[in-house]
Amino acid sequence: MATTTVKTETFVGKRIRRREDPRLITGTATYVEDVQMPGMHYAVILRSPHAAARIRSIDTKQAVAAPGVVCVFTGKDIKGVGAVPCGIAMPDLRVPPHTILATDRVYFVGHPIAVVVARDRYLARDAADLIEVDYQVLPAVADPEKALAKVVKQRIVSQRLVPMAMETRGVVAEWHGADRQLNLYTSTQIPHLVRTLVAGMLGLEENRMRVIAPEVGGGFGSKLNVYAEEALTGYVSMKIQKPVKWIESRRENFTCTIHGRGHVDFYEIAAKRDGTILGIKLKLIQDVGAYHQLLTPLIPQLSVLMMPGLYNTQNIRADIVGVFTNCVPTDAYRGAGRPEATHGIERMVDMLAAELQMDPAEIRLKNFVTKDKFPYPTATGLVYDSGDYATPLKKALDLVGYHKLRQEQADARKQSKYMGIGISTYGEICAIGPSPATPAGGWESATVKIEPSGKVTIMTGACPHGQGEETTFAQIAADELGVGLDDILVLRGDTAVVQYGIGTFGSRATAVGGSALYYALQDLKAKIKKFGAMLLESEDVTLTGGKVICNKTGNSKSLQEIAGATYRALKLPPNTEPGLMATRFWEPPNFTFPFGAHIVVTDIDGETGQIKIRRYVAVDDCGNILNPLIVDGQVHGGVAQGLGQALWEQAVYDDNGQLITGELMDYAVPRSHMMPWIESHHTCTPSPVNPLGVKGVGEAGTIGCSPAVVNSVVDALSPLGVRHIDMPLTPEKIWKLLATKN
Amino acid sequence: MIAQKFEYTAPKSLDEALHLLASGAKPIAGGMSLIPMMKLRLAAPEHLVDLRALKDLSYIREAGGQLHIGATASHYDVESSALLRQKCPLLTETAAAIGDVQVRNMGTIGGSVAHADPAADYPAALQALEAKFVLQGAKSERVVGATDFFVDAFTTALEPGEILREVIVPIDDARTGTSYQKMAQPASGFAIVGVAARVRQNAGKISFARLGITGLSNRAYRASASEKALEGKSSTPADIQSAAALVAQGIDANSDLHASADYRRHLAVVHASRALKTALSRIA
Ligand SMILES: Cc1cc2nc3c(=O)[nH]c(=O)nc-3n(C[C@H](O)[C@H](O)[C@H](O)COP(=O)(O)OP(=O)(O)OC[C@H]3O[C@@H](n4cnc5c(N)ncnc54)[C@H](O)[C@@H]3O)c2cc1C
Repeated sequence: MATTTVKTETFVGKRIRRREDPRLITGTATYVEDVQMPGMHYAVILRSPHAAARIRSIDTKQAVAAPGVVCVFTGKDIKGVGAVPCGIAMPDLRVPPHTILATDRVYFVGHPIAVVVARDRYLARDAADLIEVDYQVLPAVADPEKALAKVVKQRIVSQRLVPMAMETRGVVAEWHGADRQLNLYTSTQIPHLVRTLVAGMLGLEENRMRVIAPEVGGGFGSKLNVYAEEALTGYVSMKIQKPVKWIESRRENFTCTIHGRGHVDFYEIAAKRDGTILGIKLKLIQDVGAYHQLLTPLIPQLSVLMMPGLYNTQNIRADIVGVFTNCVPTDAYRGAGRPEATHGIERMVDMLAAELQMDPAEIRLKNFVTKDKFPYPTATGLVYDSGDYATPLKKALDLVGYHKLRQEQADARKQSKYMGIGISTYGEICAIGPSPATPAGGWESATVKIEPSGKVTIMTGACPHGQGEETTFAQIAADELGVGLDDILVLRGDTAVVQYGIGTFGSRATAVGGSALYYALQDLKAKIKKFGAMLLESEDVTLTGGKVICNKTGNSKSLQEIAGATYRALKLPPNTEPGLMATRFWEPPNFTFPFGAHIVVTDIDGETGQIKIRRYVAVDDCGNILNPLIVDGQVHGGVAQGLGQALWEQAVYDDNGQLITGELMDYAVPRSHMMPWIESHHTCTPSPVNPLGVKGVGEAGTIGCSPAVVNSVVDALSPLGVRHIDMPLTPEKIWKLLATKN
Repeated sequence: MIAQKFEYTAPKSLDEALHLLASGAKPIAGGMSLIPMMKLRLAAPEHLVDLRALKDLSYIREAGGQLHIGATASHYDVESSALLRQKCPLLTETAAAIGDVQVRNMGTIGGSVAHADPAADYPAALQALEAKFVLQGAKSERVVGATDFFVDAFTTALEPGEILREVIVPIDDARTGTSYQKMAQPASGFAIVGVAARVRQNAGKISFARLGITGLSNRAYRASASEKALEGKSSTPADIQSAAALVAQGIDANSDLHASADYRRHLAVVHASRALKTALSRIA
C-alpha cells in the first residue's frame, strides 16, 4: 500500500523571502545592458538642446566620416516607420503626429534628431558631437498655466516628477534577415503590447517579432509605454543587418523618458454646516508635454474617476484641460492619476474641517461610505467592490495615540513649537481592469505546465518585474497543487515563451494575473484528479499534499507519477487528452478598490523650516495578503516615493524649456538615510471581484503618503493661518511662511 | 554620459607623477568630482595621473605638535581615524558629514580641497582650523595657509603642475571646543550652508574664536567680524546671537534652485549660532 503521509505545509499568507532576490542582490541578473552579441553595434542619439526650434539643416558629413562610424540616420532618412502611438482615443483629443526622429521642428529638450551607429559606443558618442544642426530657436512654453486664462480658487499642484527607475531604458535589436525575424530586448513593463505596436510601426508581421524584457530594474510606469527608441533601434538593425544596442544615459532618462504628475488642480468642496460633504468640483490642468505618449490622456481621467475618494457624495463635476508644453511628455507614474486626486481631495477635506472647526478624523468618519453600502456606485461611474473605511482610520488613530498627541500639540503650541498631525484616508482603483474600461484589454493570462517529471512551470502574461510575483505566484501554485516552492518556476517577459499578456501596472499583476493563474490551476487539478482516479481505479479520490489519494483504500499516486502517465499516455481517461498544461485568459468583472489611512506626525524647526517626520503610521487594506513581507516592501517603496513628492522631488523647467533639475545632483530622490521608520499595519477586507480576494498594493503607499505629509505640516503651521502649501515642502518655503506670518 | 578619450597612468612614484603633471597631465584622486564632469563632457583632460596609486600618500600622523594628513586620505580614513577623533574632532565630524558612504569611501581630502567646490564641507573646517597646505611641484614645494589657498569658486592657489600633497592642522588643548553644523542639499548632500566653529575659553571668557563658512558664497571664508565680536565675551546666548548675526556681513550670497540668497544668509546665522553653542558645550 502506498504511503498516505500528506504534506501539510502551506505557503500563502506567510512571510516567504522573495525568490527573485538572490540574483538581484548578488549582481547576477541579466538586464538589457548585459545582453552581448557577436558583431554588436552601438547607437547614440543626438538630441535637441532647445525646447522649441525649427531645424533649418542637418549636416552629418563629418560624423559619417568619423572613425568607426557605420551610418547616421536623420528624420529624413527614416522611411516607412509609423508614429509613436497614443493608446487613448477620445472625441476632440488632439494627437499630434509623433515621428521617431524629428524632421523639421523640435518640441522639447532631448527631442531625438539623429542616430549615430558605430562598432564602439565611445566612437559613436564622439561622432554625435560632429553633427551640425542649424536651428532657428523659437519661443518655448514650459508652464501649462501660461497658455491659459486665470481662474481663482484653491489651486493645488501635483508637480512634475521624474520616475527615476534605477535601470535606465535600453534596447538591443537583432535582425535575422534570412528568417525575417526581429528580436527586441527592451526594458519594458509590457512586452506583448510593445511587440504589437512596434511591429506595426516597423511594418513587420507581428509573429516575426519577438520582444524580450529581461530583468527590468524598475519601471514605476515609465516603462509602461512605447518609445521612439524601441522602433528606432529595430529600424537600424534591420537596415544594417547587425545587432544594435542603445542604452539610455541617466541624462537622457531625465529629459527623454516620460515624467509623471504635472497637474494643476482647482478644487471646490461644498458641505453642510455639520460637515456633511455635498459635492466636489474640479478643474484639472494637465501638463501634457510635447506629445501624447501611450496613456497620457488617460491619466487625468483616472484622477477624475477617483474624485469621490472614500466619501459618500453623488455630486461630482470635473473639467480636464490638457495643455501642450515644450517639455518631455507626462504619463503614468506610480499611482497615475490617483495620487493627484487623493492629494486634492484629502487636502480639501482638511481645509473643510479647518473652516468648520472640526477634527479632521471626525469629518472623515462622518462622510465615509459605510460598510453596508457595498457594492457602492460612485458618481463617476465606478462600483466600489468592498470596503470598511472607518476601521483602518480608527486603527491608525489608536496606533499613533491620536488624543494624546493632540494634547501634546496644544502644549507645544503654548511654547511656540510647531508640531503637526496629518491624516489621509485614501482609496484607489486597482486590478486594472475590465477590458471595456481599458485601452488595450484588461484581462490577464497564465499558463501552467506540469512537466513529465512533475515539476511545475508557470508562464504569466503579466510580466512582473521586481514586484515579487515569482514568489507569490509560486506560493499560490504550491498550495493548490501541494508541491514545494522549489518545484515551481515562474517565467515572464518573453513573447516567444509566454502567451499574449497585458503587463504589470495599475496594481494588477496579482489580482488579475494571479486570478488567471488560479483558474488555470483549477483546470489542471481537475485533470490530475481524472488521471489519478484512472490509475487508482476509483472514482472517490482527493487531491491533497501533492498526491491523489483513494478515499476508500488510502492508496495514492504522486503528482510525479500522474504527470508521467499523462505524457506517456498508455491509457487515457475518457474524453481526455494527453499532457498537463492549461492556459487561462481571465477577464475581471470589475476593478478592485483598496483603501487605507496614513497618519504622519511632524516637528518643524522654527528657525530653519526643516521638517522632521516623527511618526509614520500606515494602515493599508489591500484585501487578502498572500505574502506580508512583500506587501510591506511595496508599502515601504510606495511611501518612499510619496515622501519624495511631498518633500524633495521636482522636475523644474526654466522659461526656455531647459530642465534645470536634470541630474541626480539636483533632483532629490529619497535615499535610505532620509527615510523615517514606517509603522506598517493592515486591515483585511477581501475583494469579491477575484477568487484570491486580493486587491493590489503596488501604489497604495504613494497615494496615501503625500496628503498625509502636507496635512501634517499645514496642521503644524495652522496657528499662523496657513491653509495650503504646494509640494515639495522645501525648508525654504516653510521658513518663508514662518517669517511672513509670525 | 560617455567621457572623451583619455590616457591613464598609475604612477609608481611621486616624482613620476609630478613629472607627468609638469607636462600637462591632470591629477585624479577619488574621481568623485572629476569623473562626473568628464562624463558630462564639461571636462576633457587628455591624460590622467592617478594619485591614489601612490600608496604612501594617504597617511594621517602626528609630528612636531601638528597633524599631517596625506592628500589621498579618503573621507572615510579621516572620519574613522582614532588619532583625529582625539586630537582634531572637528575634522572627523566634518568628514562624516560629507555626501554618502560611497562618496566617503572614494573621495579624498586632497581632491575635495583642490577642487574647491564652494559648497564642499572640508573647506569650512580647514578655515576654522587655520590649516596649512603643502603644495608640491616637480621642482619646488611651498606651504600656503587656508585664507590664501581658497581663491574663488573652483579656484585655489595651486599652480599648474602642482599637487596638494599634505594638509596640516594644529592640535588644540582641552579648553577648545569645536563643531560643524550644516544643512545638506537633499539631492547631492553638499552644504547649502555649513559652519565650522572653534572656540577657546579662559576663566569663563572666550579667548579665541574661529568660524569657517561654506556654501554661502563663491568660496569658504573666515567670518572675522563674528570672531572679533566673540573674543573676550562670556558666551551668553545674547553674545552668541549678536556674533552669529555678523557671519554673512559683506558677503555676496549664492542663490540657486535649492536656496535663495536671503535664506542662505539666514541659515548661516542660525548654523553659526548652533555651531558656537555646541562647540562651547564641548569644552571639557
Ligand atoms: C554624490 C556625491 C555627493 C557628494 N557630496 C559631498 C558633500 O556632501 N560634501 C562635500 O564636501 N563633497 C561632496 N562630494 C564631493 C566629494 O567629496 C569629492 O570626493 C571631492 O570633492 C573630490 O575629491 P576626489 O578625491 O574625488 O577628487 P577628484 O574628483 O579625483 O578630483 C577633483 C579635482 O581635484 C584635482 N585633484 C585631486 N587631487 C588633487 C591633489 N592632491 N592635488 C591637486 N589636485 C588634485 C583633480 O585634478 C580634479 O580637478 C560629493 C560627490 C558626489 C559624487
